Amino acid sequence: MNQTSSTNFDAIVLGAGSIGTPTAYYLAKCGLKVLVLESVPSVGQGSNKRAIGGIRATHSDPAKIALCLRSIEIFSTFKEEFGDDIEWDRCGYAFVAYREKEEQTLKNLLKTQKTFGLNINWLDAATFREVIPDINPDGLLGGTFSPDDGSASPLLTNHAYYTHAEELGVEFHFFEPARSMQVENGKIVSLTTDRNTYTAGIVVNCAGAWASEVGKLAGVDLPVRPDSHEAAITEPVARFLGPMVVDIRPAPGSTNYYFYQHITGQIIFCITPAPNAWGFDTRETSSFLPMVSQRMIEVMPRLKNIRVRRTWRGLYPMTPDGFPIFGWAPGISNFLLGVGLCGQGFMLGPAGGELLARLAMNNLTEQDMTTLKYVSPERSFEGQELLK
Amino acid sequence: MPDFRIKKHPILAIPQRKSIEFTWQGNTYTANEGETIASALFANGIHVFGHHPKDHSPLGIFCANGQCSQCMVIANGSPVKSCMELVQDGMTVLPNDGLPVLPEVEEVPEFKPIHEMDIPVLIIGGGPAGLSAAIELGKAGIRTLLVDDKHRLGGKLVLQTHRFFGSTDAVYAGTRGIDIATRLEKDLSQFPSVEVWLQSTCLGVFSDKKVGILREGGQYTLVRPEVLLVASGAREKFLAFKGNTLPGVYGAGAFQTLVNRDLVRPAEKLFIIGGGNVGLIAGYHALQAGIGVVGLVEAMSECGGYKVHKDKLARMGVPIYTSHTILSANGNEKVESVTIAEVDSQFTPIPGTEKSFECDSVLIAVGLDPVNEFYLKAVDFGLRVYSAGDAEEIAEASAAIFSGKIKGREIARVLGSPVEDIPASWYKTGEILKSKPGRTYYEQLPDLAEGVLPIIHCSQEIPCNPCAGLCPNGLIIVDRKDIRSVPAFIGNNFCCAACERCVAGCPGLAITLVDYSSNPERPTVSIPYEFTRDVISANDIVTVLDTQGTKLGELEVVDVHTIPSSDRTLVVQVVADASIATHIAGIQIQEANITHPMLQYVKHVTDDTIICRCEHVTAGEIRQLIRKGYRDINEIKTVTRAGMGACGAKTCSPLIQRLFKEEGVPYNEVTGPSRRPPFVEVPLGAFAGEKPEEH
Repeated sequence: MNQTSSTNFDAIVLGAGSIGTPTAYYLAKCGLKVLVLESVPSVGQGSNKRAIGGIRATHSDPAKIALCLRSIEIFSTFKEEFGDDIEWDRCGYAFVAYREKEEQTLKNLLKTQKTFGLNINWLDAATFREVIPDINPDGLLGGTFSPDDGSASPLLTNHAYYTHAEELGVEFHFFEPARSMQVENGKIVSLTTDRNTYTAGIVVNCAGAWASEVGKLAGVDLPVRPDSHEAAITEPVARFLGPMVVDIRPAPGSTNYYFYQHITGQIIFCITPAPNAWGFDTRETSSFLPMVSQRMIEVMPRLKNIRVRRTWRGLYPMTPDGFPIFGWAPGISNFLLGVGLCGQGFMLGPAGGELLARLAMNNLTEQDMTTLKYVSPERSFEGQELLK
Repeated sequence: MPDFRIKKHPILAIPQRKSIEFTWQGNTYTANEGETIASALFANGIHVFGHHPKDHSPLGIFCANGQCSQCMVIANGSPVKSCMELVQDGMTVLPNDGLPVLPEVEEVPEFKPIHEMDIPVLIIGGGPAGLSAAIELGKAGIRTLLVDDKHRLGGKLVLQTHRFFGSTDAVYAGTRGIDIATRLEKDLSQFPSVEVWLQSTCLGVFSDKKVGILREGGQYTLVRPEVLLVASGAREKFLAFKGNTLPGVYGAGAFQTLVNRDLVRPAEKLFIIGGGNVGLIAGYHALQAGIGVVGLVEAMSECGGYKVHKDKLARMGVPIYTSHTILSANGNEKVESVTIAEVDSQFTPIPGTEKSFECDSVLIAVGLDPVNEFYLKAVDFGLRVYSAGDAEEIAEASAAIFSGKIKGREIARVLGSPVEDIPASWYKTGEILKSKPGRTYYEQLPDLAEGVLPIIHCSQEIPCNPCAGLCPNGLIIVDRKDIRSVPAFIGNNFCCAACERCVAGCPGLAITLVDYSSNPERPTVSIPYEFTRDVISANDIVTVLDTQGTKLGELEVVDVHTIPSSDRTLVVQVVADASIATHIAGIQIQEANITHPMLQYVKHVTDDTIICRCEHVTAGEIRQLIRKGYRDINEIKTVTRAGMGACGAKTCSPLIQRLFKEEGVPYNEVTGPSRRPPFVEVPLGAFAGEKPEEH
């Protein structure tokens, strides 16, 4: 928070959330002079703190798989690398199947996932119960299990990146959103807030649910709009549940739901609303708890006695095809995008931040070239993510 | 087996209750049917209910009100708040040491659809404000639902054994709080349009304008009111000092709950922090229950509560240390002593003034905060909402009764009911009842020593007028237009009939009667007395004190009697020298030796000033962050977990705000914490429509 009077930076990052904060850190690590502008009062107070903390590499496309494998490397060695306890837990992910439809979906996906070398397997019902002893065995067909996936605290991770970014000289200005950008000859030449006008070599849009609004400041249309998901956390109890449990059966009100026991002993759970709850409304609804609690208790009756502590809603910045957007904005040569993370900003954040830094420094790897094809801002957005 | 139950009480009847058995850590104990687990444990001398998972420090009760979640125990395998859960015959109770184990469940329970209902008016809270509002709405015939989380209506009124202050006309002043509760409850029962749900906890107000209520401890119900009235009262403020989470440190309201509702004796010797009305009255309640009060500290140079409450305590033999603060509560598993010190004008303790006292309990009575989370959410979500009583503004219960009445009438009008206009005088009375104590005058003592005279030891402007209605000859007056004025006796020395109604009826026990008629040199003094009759009788020698608690002498009791209007207040008569007769204001109740300081003060070296009780976060940790520049309480929460615990940041938020103030940060620079429902922790099964099993 050491605010200098300088208004000229190598890079200005818009947003101090799941993507913006690690990006600022990695840019500074490359030696850049970085300013982060954020509208909320402190780091991670937009959607980051509303994330439930799940981290998996077991996606269905090479880009997210590559990014998340790298993220998991960072999360799992965070303590050694940075010294901070971010509550990382290699708890694994378990997608459960009670119907042939989901069994088929998961098994089909498994083939793709295997080809990318992911550590994920189909477990029959008996083996699945060994991994999750409290799962309801009635009608259980089994499920996939990926033991290398995990969870961590979004709050602590983002805050750790923030602390280390500040150590590298990054300036964070809170309560100071960008209000306008001055574009000349396809380049952002300056950026104005309520307090100041800044100049920077590059501007990075990491504004999450607000990415589309930020894009418009530079005249760039971004197909990102927020979908409001509701979540909750319980009291802590002694550990009884290993992996994140995901049930992809749709039901009235939700397309799927998932829950896990955080390393603190608390159960954290969330749904994907059906239909989507488009917009910025994050006020708590009365329908969420009754809906999700029945579904969870059906799959794990033991959960009926755990007491709910807090509920909240958070925004998933969705793209039409469910894939994130990383790359240079079309038509603006110095406007970098790390947006549309579709609710996976936390797990994609560390690797995404590194990728954005490599884009900024123009030292992309071969793997990056492959990744960027899938997440390019200039793609058609017509595909569909198989496992959101 | 030790038995810490109250067997006799000057005001409260001791009901005969069925005895049942439960086990604690494998040993069998006796409980009364219908009492909470916490009270059953206290009745058996058990004060440590578990140990914190973070630092293994001992845990005990703090709020006794279902708010703070400090008193968790494992009852029949499930973690429960022992202050809210009733003990059952054969119940197995275990301490909550570390993280509880979630019981295994084989079967998917049966779910019922969540009941939803529409209602014109929903009132949260059946205390003085909620009850009074409900009565007004009942009079107007408006369908109203009143929910309260306790087992009976009345809120904190049911804890009040003393006669109420306030206006006789407006709010039953002169009647004891417990009796006001019963009267309001009875009044309400006449109105069929009002439905009451007891043991029903409001969990939250949601953006779809529905209010979530856990009905009768189990059935989750969503209520959609046209108008919501939040009359949810107040919660006690916590205080930062070393050893502040030791079992034995608890809120004054918690103490009153244990003593006056549950009739258990949680302490033998207690020390009170805070000289507001709550602390002063709690001290009086302790003495009535036979519990010693070692002392009371107040950081300001004067007690904030009514002078008559302070005087009453002082002349019963309780030392009141103004300009003093608590430094620490000391002990290993529970409170063994307290250390206090004098403070300077900046409220900084002055080195060299430390004193320690032996005690087993420390009552925190440093003020109340409104329970306003439902109100704030309702405002956010555009629900038509009102608040009344302490939920709106902290004041006396008499003010809450009146504000509830006004709000009830206002809501009836808003809903188009043809009720009468609200007289302007109601609002004025409402304001008067809420007012803080005003000027204090010098006590005017009569100099003519003949005839019969009531002596009014009430010299501070407070909203109170029952004495004006007590004199059959109308000789005591309080300004009718503003009952805050001090009362005056307008007769001469020969017109008082010596009926003693003023003596027995003054809520502050601040009127004595001096009768010179038989012997002008040695008049008879009648003194009000609210302790059990069997501890005082004729021929006893008692120490009499003036209003400040200064000893005037030792005198023989000549008579102890009641008068027809006494309502449990005794009148004790002594014969005194004329020189001191008018100065006598009370009788010392407790022996002085209980109040003596220890020879050496107890130094408390551990840095265990806890701000967040749930997550055991210290003041030091939070101060360090404030000094680093943190200005968002949510960021402090991220880093320390302060506010992430079971109570939902209800206890620590005001303390964190105070730390900012102490660190010189203006509060407009600080971002407050997010507040999220449910505001009370509830099992997931309840939201699924499962009827919970009986324990």
